[in-house]
Amino acid sequence: MSAAQNAGGSPRIAAWNLNDLVEWDRRIRDKAAEFGLDCYPQEFELCDHTGMLGYMAYSGMPSHYPHWSYGKAYEKLKTLYDHGVSGLPYEMVINSNPAIAYLMRDNSILLQVLTIAHVYGHNDFFKNNFTFKSTRAELTIEAFKAAAIRVRRYVEDPSIGVEQVERILDAAHALSWQCRRNLAIKKLTPLEQMARAEDSAQGQPDPFQKIHARKQIEAPDFHKVPLEPDEDLLLFIRDHNPFLADWEKDLLTIVDEEAKYFISMMETKIMNEGWASYWHKKILESLELEQGLHLEFIVNHNQVVRPIPGQINPYHLGLKIWEDIYRRFTNPTAEEIKRDGPPVKSGTEKIFEVREVERDASFIRRYLTEDLMREMDIFEYEARGEELVVSKVADEEGWREVKATLIKNVGTNSIPVLKVEDADFGQNRTLYVKHYHDGRDLHIEYAEKSLTYLQRLWGREVVLETVLDGKRSLLCSNDRGFSVRALK
Amino acid sequence: MSGGDTIFREYRISDAERSDRSAGDRLRHRQKVRESIRENIADIIAEESIIGKDKDRVIKVPLRGIKEYRFVFGDNAPGASQGDGDSRPGQVVGKTGKDRPGKGDEQAGDRPGVDYYETDVTLEELIEIMFEDLELPNLERRALREIQSDYSSRRKGYRKVGIRIRLDKRRTAKQRVMRMLASDKRNDAVARALEESKADRELDTGVEGALDEIALEEGALDEEALAASPGAAFQRVHRRFPFHQDDLRYKHVEIDTKEESNAAVICIMDTSGSMDTMKKYLARSFFFLLYQFISTRYRNVEIVFIAHHTEASEVTEEEFFHKGESGGTFISSGYAKALEIIAARYHPSLWNLYAFHCSDGDNFDSDNPAALKDAEELAGICNLLGYGEIKPLGSRYYESSMLNVFRQIQAPNFHTVLIERKEDIWPSFKAFLAKDRVKEA
Repeated sequence: MSAAQNAGGSPRIAAWNLNDLVEWDRRIRDKAAEFGLDCYPQEFELCDHTGMLGYMAYSGMPSHYPHWSYGKAYEKLKTLYDHGVSGLPYEMVINSNPAIAYLMRDNSILLQVLTIAHVYGHNDFFKNNFTFKSTRAELTIEAFKAAAIRVRRYVEDPSIGVEQVERILDAAHALSWQCRRNLAIKKLTPLEQMARAEDSAQGQPDPFQKIHARKQIEAPDFHKVPLEPDEDLLLFIRDHNPFLADWEKDLLTIVDEEAKYFISMMETKIMNEGWASYWHKKILESLELEQGLHLEFIVNHNQVVRPIPGQINPYHLGLKIWEDIYRRFTNPTAEEIKRDGPPVKSGTEKIFEVREVERDASFIRRYLTEDLMREMDIFEYEARGEELVVSKVADEEGWREVKATLIKNVGTNSIPVLKVEDADFGQNRTLYVKHYHDGRDLHIEYAEKSLTYLQRLWGREVVLETVLDGKRSLLCSNDRGFSVRALK
Repeated sequence: MSGGDTIFREYRISDAERSDRSAGDRLRHRQKVRESIRENIADIIAEESIIGKDKDRVIKVPLRGIKEYRFVFGDNAPGASQGDGDSRPGQVVGKTGKDRPGKGDEQAGDRPGVDYYETDVTLEELIEIMFEDLELPNLERRALREIQSDYSSRRKGYRKVGIRIRLDKRRTAKQRVMRMLASDKRNDAVARALEESKADRELDTGVEGALDEIALEEGALDEEALAASPGAAFQRVHRRFPFHQDDLRYKHVEIDTKEESNAAVICIMDTSGSMDTMKKYLARSFFFLLYQFISTRYRNVEIVFIAHHTEASEVTEEEFFHKGESGGTFISSGYAKALEIIAARYHPSLWNLYAFHCSDGDNFDSDNPAALKDAEELAGICNLLGYGEIKPLGSRYYESSMLNVFRQIQAPNFHTVLIERKEDIWPSFKAFLAKDRVKEA
């Protein structure tokens, strides 16, 4: 799902009909093909603002399982919309084959054209970027629908009921992002993990074996569960808590699958929005719009991709980087040639390559240059007491660190990494989870509540190793409640 | 471009109207909000100064149960965001918690605090939520002490005796007809009427026809002009069948005494030096609940505030809760003052009296007998008399307590509660009203 926000623009009278859209779409598609975009078949659905709010609350899915949190999301969106705090997106696209996008029927023809062009940018990205390879786009809609049907059945089952379903879903939602982040990396099966453990226990072949004592080989412990730390919390619980009923396991699977579907979106937010903005701009500029429409286009385009001080606007940042890459490979400055050498491929080739093989973190790391950071005035801030204070700016000493901080805050990097280390800690079936601390502490209140959810699903005591204020600590949640213990 | 043509799906009003897909989830969410409010009632009532406030007043209620928790980073995680062109180190760009810049993709929910955690409810809604799970017996069922405020009359059934003016002619006539049908003597008269009418009428209508004629005759009953009435013809043909005393039906009218249900809540609080802010805060919460609850049960509720140390005086709400006094404690003074006010303004035969006293129980020993005596007297005239001893956790081990003293009171409508912390308020309050229930049974 991806959405471009209309920042509270006044509703316009829509003076167009469906045939106009079909005609514009044909022209846009021709242009897109000409530029080399490679898209899934596209479907557009016109909807009104309630419909759009509904799609937004349910992550754009035409069919989604029920849970109160979506009601909450809807109310929140509606309140913000009703009070004019935020406008509605012009558009919303979901990664499926065919790709489905929603268009607001009240938008002007220019906005529809802009949106359609933007949507093809996302569509191409969904189809070609590597992070989406693991999401099976042709099954998206059906998978969500099937999950919805199953959850509804559990809710209606008199022996289960909504309370029980919510008990699991509330907990599962709290842990759903605690899953593998890079889905392109294959997860090893337990057998493969065993083989790997065995291999590494053998040690390196030693050419001087004859002249000194053989190194003692320590047999790996194959009884340990898990053999290697496991990031998929929900799936681990599903597979290792023997007291879960089938329907409970199914709920965990459903939540995990949905999270993994959205992980790809999260991982490529900046690239994806930047890419779509890059192409809607290119396409609309090539359409030879009449003057009135062209002006409206410029106004709306700038509205979407403007920098927002105090925030990172993914549309702005993404577009800037894409344009910079294209420029550096098409028309580099003398200084850049001196630094990077002459470009080995054309700008177009380069951006199509990048859109396939990168995600936000690597995209920023490799293509956000010092110059660009300075131009955009990206800074790092931290909390000092009650205030947020600029700590570093993108100057000569600081830019690398500012960039590192930026990378830490994009995509799944903004989610703490937790891994299951031991499912039988202290021979007591206590679940031992470790937070891979990277300098950022957990929010303790949130950690406490989330850990309680983890305990609910695991059914026994859970402990979480983390670092609080520089001290290794163990957070425990068991029948007696929550406690924090210092570790040596 | 791969694939076939793009599909456009037209907007259809019917679809849009049908597709209120979030209705169920919104309902469930609201239920959860209500549950959450109910769970936090103890906190809410303790925080707000809402006694006597407007029912439409909007209160911000923190929602604890409704947050969606995840593992997220805390405040020591630096962020990155874009400036307006000349950001310098040391520049302040925002506040923690709120409007944190660079909150990133909201989908990840990567920062706490973006979740809203308060909701607005009106006081009335709040009270409704508070009492809806109380499962109290209907206090209204109890014989209220009432004033007959309104003499309106209301028809209620029919009687065989009554005054002439309330004679119900229609019913009286009906009675006569019923008697006539039942009597053997008139069977032939009915049979004749049936015969006359059977040519063109059905059986039933025939009977009705006969009855109609009799009814017409009845219309002339009170008048002297019996012969001039349409029934006279019938009368001439048939034998006379006069009204009997037993036929007469009178409308019965009851005098409706409107029950003006009055209640007075008498709040008595110890304001001696030992009652600190924390204790007053607990007392206040309890009084608030009591007042709100009584308000839902009676139309006219008056509230009296009595503050006492060694002497008692009637005070305003503001003074009651905020004014600190010092000195010792004579609990009896408060009760005596309450008795005095009741005698002057709230006669027990006209008012439902609810008295509640909050103290830390640190009474002068010499006053105990007097306090006991006054409490018994007060219990005698009140619907319910409560004594809440407020002992913030731990303090009850070294301070004296009135609970032991009051244990001697036998009155069934006297109830004591011990409040140690704010979580106790709600259970205590329930227990207090349960006492009322016992009495009722």
